Amino acid sequence: MNTVDLKDKDKLFLTEKKANSPWSKLKRNKTAMIGLFIVIIMTLLALFSPVFAPHDPNQMNLSKVHLKPGVEGFIFGTDDVGRDILSRIIYGARISMIVAIGGTLVGGIIGVLLGLISGYSGGTIDSIIMRLMDAMFAFPFVLLAIVLMTVLGNGLRNVILAIGIANIPGYARITRGQVHVVKNEEYCNAIRVLGASNTRLLLNHILPNILSPIIVYATLSIAGAIISEAALSFLGLGISPPTASWGNILRGGKDFLNTYPHVATISGLFILITVLGFNLLGDGIRDVLDPKMKR
Amino acid sequence: MKEKLLDVKDLKTYFYLSSGIVKAVDGVSFTLEKGQTMGIVGESGSGKSVTASSITRLISKPIGKIVNGEVLFEGKDILKMSNKELLSIRGKDISMIFQDPMTSLDPVYRIGEQMIEVILTHQKISKQEAKRIAIDALINVGISDAEDRFNSYPHEFSGGMRQRVMIAMSLVGDLKLIIADEPTTALDVTVQAKVLELLKDVQKKTNTSILMITHNLGVVWDMCDTVMVMYAGKTVEYAKVKELYKNPLHPYTWGLLDSMPKLSQDSNKPLITIEGSPPDLRLTGNFCNFHYRCPYVQDICRTKMPELIEVDEGHFVSCHFQTRENTLERKEV
Repeated sequence: MNTVDLKDKDKLFLTEKKANSPWSKLKRNKTAMIGLFIVIIMTLLALFSPVFAPHDPNQMNLSKVHLKPGVEGFIFGTDDVGRDILSRIIYGARISMIVAIGGTLVGGIIGVLLGLISGYSGGTIDSIIMRLMDAMFAFPFVLLAIVLMTVLGNGLRNVILAIGIANIPGYARITRGQVHVVKNEEYCNAIRVLGASNTRLLLNHILPNILSPIIVYATLSIAGAIISEAALSFLGLGISPPTASWGNILRGGKDFLNTYPHVATISGLFILITVLGFNLLGDGIRDVLDPKMKR
Repeated sequence: MKEKLLDVKDLKTYFYLSSGIVKAVDGVSFTLEKGQTMGIVGESGSGKSVTASSITRLISKPIGKIVNGEVLFEGKDILKMSNKELLSIRGKDISMIFQDPMTSLDPVYRIGEQMIEVILTHQKISKQEAKRIAIDALINVGISDAEDRFNSYPHEFSGGMRQRVMIAMSLVGDLKLIIADEPTTALDVTVQAKVLELLKDVQKKTNTSILMITHNLGVVWDMCDTVMVMYAGKTVEYAKVKELYKNPLHPYTWGLLDSMPKLSQDSNKPLITIEGSPPDLRLTGNFCNFHYRCPYVQDICRTKMPELIEVDEGHFVSCHFQTRENTLERKEV
């Protein structure tokens, strides 16, 4: 007999469905998995800093200044006032992640809302919002964040705000473009003619349809936010010392770059690896969410 | 005495582009009675779909604007309704079926969720009841194992099935008017017949009126009671279907009829067409829009716009040579 048993067919259907699920597609993408692995490690470090950190990150020990990595049980060595760099890196991960995710959320939520309004209403409102965004875009990202920090003052909350605000135009633009594509789709007309209000059409139907490029943009901009936080802290505008953040550690190490390069190198490497992780993951997610790419 | 459901008077919808004003619909009037079907025929760009969108106020602002006219639905002017009133009749009294079933369902929701959403918009009932209504509607439009299909995503359906789902979505309310904008154009022939049958069936059961927009005269003969032929945003002929079939008057209608392939036709001969293409709707003026392509054209056609005249009871035509006094001899093709 050549017919397929119904159970087999169902099984086939299920495996097919499983193989096409976003997660299994992501799983087949090796670089994305490396990215995910890095992101998970960093997240764990951030969540459980006190568990992982061998020392108090702020405890100074002037008798153990600038120890090389590996000496006396300090895996990454110590800095100019004898603080354990490993512990500072681990606690710094916490700050970096909070700032990166917080800034992305702030920028994302405001930017997406503005983009939705702008793209959907069109006309004058659209022009006003988008010209405002253009004006913000005209500033280099870091410069804009510096201006905001100078206005707002130091502190964790303000770093998040500054990075978030600087992120708004990117989200607004990407969202507006997507809304333009989707709002003229026939299903939007169909939904409207079936009695949906503008708000419901916008939030329940247009937003879910344009979410994938926004998610991808978000993962990539988390990476950008980590760098921004480091840059701001490095410039002395971000998290104020002695609180450990990767930018602060880097900044502390810069004066001893010739004599004790490990301080700046290690914190720089962590920034590099984390940013790389988020970028790889973002790329992977983009490939998965793009229906035209089937691998 | 038949009751008027929809009464459109002198509807004008223009699109304001940087290169000029496109008069997509330019003074269209018609009435549709309860339980009747009216067809609007014409080639691409003749303003059929814009007419339909104007009735439901789906014209995209600020480029498009309904500049004149009334759309009386059960005596109330849709064009003057507040947003709230408009939302309350959309989907409840009036619904629309679109040309391309592949894109007319939201791809991110299961069809069941979409149907429930429509039901809950207009009726205050529980989700369970809404689900029952939705499944009943799916069964009504001939979807087998509706319970399972209820949880499917649109991409898991074929084109014909999706059009059925669209019709089912229209059926969950107590509809008075269905506007079908080329509902069968994107479907293959056998599915077309089934969808049309389904629409007829629905109409019989619920006494709904249908406004059928199509470029397929075969569909008109099959489905409609009255028919309006549009060309370049204007009505060129408007009559009962039987009347138009027996006694078409406008040269454009003749052209459309001659262009229909016939079974008896010699398949080696080229198909008959109307030479030329529709005019640029930015360049309309005081002349007959069809004069560029009309085989019967004379000087008056280039200098004067013909009016829509009732030449016979209920039979309107807009041609200088088809009036109560004059008639035009139709040439053989």
